[in-house]
Amino acid sequence: MRDVAIIGVGQTKFGQLWDKSLTNLAVEAGVKACLDANIDQKDVEVIYGGTMSGGLFVNQEHIASLLSDFSGFKNIPSIRVEAACASGGLALRQAYIDIASGLHDIAVVGGVEKMTDIGGHSVTKALATAASQEWEAFFGATFPGLYAMIAKLHMHKYKTTEEQLAMCAVKNHKNALNNPFAQFHKKIQVEDVLNSTMVADPLKLFDCSPVSDGAAAVVLASKQKAKELCDAPVWISGSGHATDALSLHDREDITTLKATVEAAKQAYVQAKIGPKDIGCVEVHDCFTIAEICAIEDLGFCKKGEGGRFTEQGNTEIGGRIPVNTSGGLKAKGHPVGATGVAQTIEAVLQLRGEANGRNTNAEIAMMHNIGGSGGTAVVHIFRR
Amino acid sequence: MTVSKFWRNIPQYYNLIGKKCPECNSYYFPPRDVCSQCGNHKLEEHKFDGRGEIVTFTIIRTPLMDPEGEVIDIHAQTIPYILAIVKLEEGPKLTAEIVDCEIDEVKIGKEVGAVFRKIVEKGPHGVIQYGYKFKLVR
Repeated sequence: MRDVAIIGVGQTKFGQLWDKSLTNLAVEAGVKACLDANIDQKDVEVIYGGTMSGGLFVNQEHIASLLSDFSGFKNIPSIRVEAACASGGLALRQAYIDIASGLHDIAVVGGVEKMTDIGGHSVTKALATAASQEWEAFFGATFPGLYAMIAKLHMHKYKTTEEQLAMCAVKNHKNALNNPFAQFHKKIQVEDVLNSTMVADPLKLFDCSPVSDGAAAVVLASKQKAKELCDAPVWISGSGHATDALSLHDREDITTLKATVEAAKQAYVQAKIGPKDIGCVEVHDCFTIAEICAIEDLGFCKKGEGGRFTEQGNTEIGGRIPVNTSGGLKAKGHPVGATGVAQTIEAVLQLRGEANGRNTNAEIAMMHNIGGSGGTAVVHIFRR
Repeated sequence: MTVSKFWRNIPQYYNLIGKKCPECNSYYFPPRDVCSQCGNHKLEEHKFDGRGEIVTFTIIRTPLMDPEGEVIDIHAQTIPYILAIVKLEEGPKLTAEIVDCEIDEVKIGKEVGAVFRKIVEKGPHGVIQYGYKFKLVR
């Protein structure tokens, strides 16, 4: 396996972008990433694009061809990767494997989702396809409902409180104030979360990530190319990917995302480090409870301690392990297919010291991207 | 859900018919074709009697609805509704609505039993789809 580096990053603003199509968004992110890497279109040898459901969100499949066509990368291989909300993270991993194997030297990894072309009920229904249609959705399960059941049991078993859940949202909104690409630039308080509309007990509207449009792209290069083209490459030092039961009810422990545990283990072993060595992490906080479970399952605190760990300020910038310095899915926004790539970009900016206003001086950073209620997990570790 | 897709699942949706592995005695509901424990792919049918307990639950206040308004989802008509993960006595867990009780009565660990109910009611001339829900054992 060859070493692989990230030599360029680019993202669009996240939010309700009514004047931009899926194609506009994807191309904008891709072009920015190539400019940042200082490469020409002709240097790109392969594209990996993560998108959850072009079919349901914009009635467009065959995204792989669309991406290479409109980006001007003529006739090169292009692969669309789908693993629900982990599509972007998995696209990164597939491109990493491609470059590491020696097949290609330069790849563009894109993630995109255009979610606001359809109404709210259609979005809920499209997202629910990441759960089992026959055994969860048919019986009335929604995505907030599934994570709400994780939260209910976590609170029952470990005395986690609604306030502790709310603190994840408050912190992430605070971090997003310094991220120009974030969907929300709005400081909130714990009371705002507690008083927001109940969606599925105990999760309220402000416990949930928003519906977003957006795209993100990174350029990967082999060691030799990276050294030729880039003064400050960021290296992928660990890559992990695992799966678990599609349905939440089929998991051994409802409050543990075993896919996260297994993917993290692979990444830690490959990078030859442990949780204590990570300087900052972007975790998949599609709901506040998901951030609590993630910091436990990635090993930053013991199982059941995530709520108290958050309340003590350990996950703030300046704390023991800054979590979601970008604002996370909650405040940066969650265009599902783009999320894993956007998390990667935040890790790169942190390692380059370019996360203005939210720098952590981290030497090692991590991203954690989940599909569905935990059926897929992708974890990467990056270093300067 | 199309008629054929629903029809295939009638044994499970109506009668909780799942699978049992004769090699390692693992039980599966929803049914599987391959045993996740020992890899055996000759599983036998097993009818679950539908008794179990609540592992976790939530109250759904924003339902799944058809965007075009052509299909009326019965869940949308009964907001709020209680959704739970139920652990059957034989071990498997499933997702289902808890009915015939007040929200305050539902607690983690409470005993429940399966009942046969309407799940989805399609538009004015559509097919009504039935399946299992659970109620508290009193």
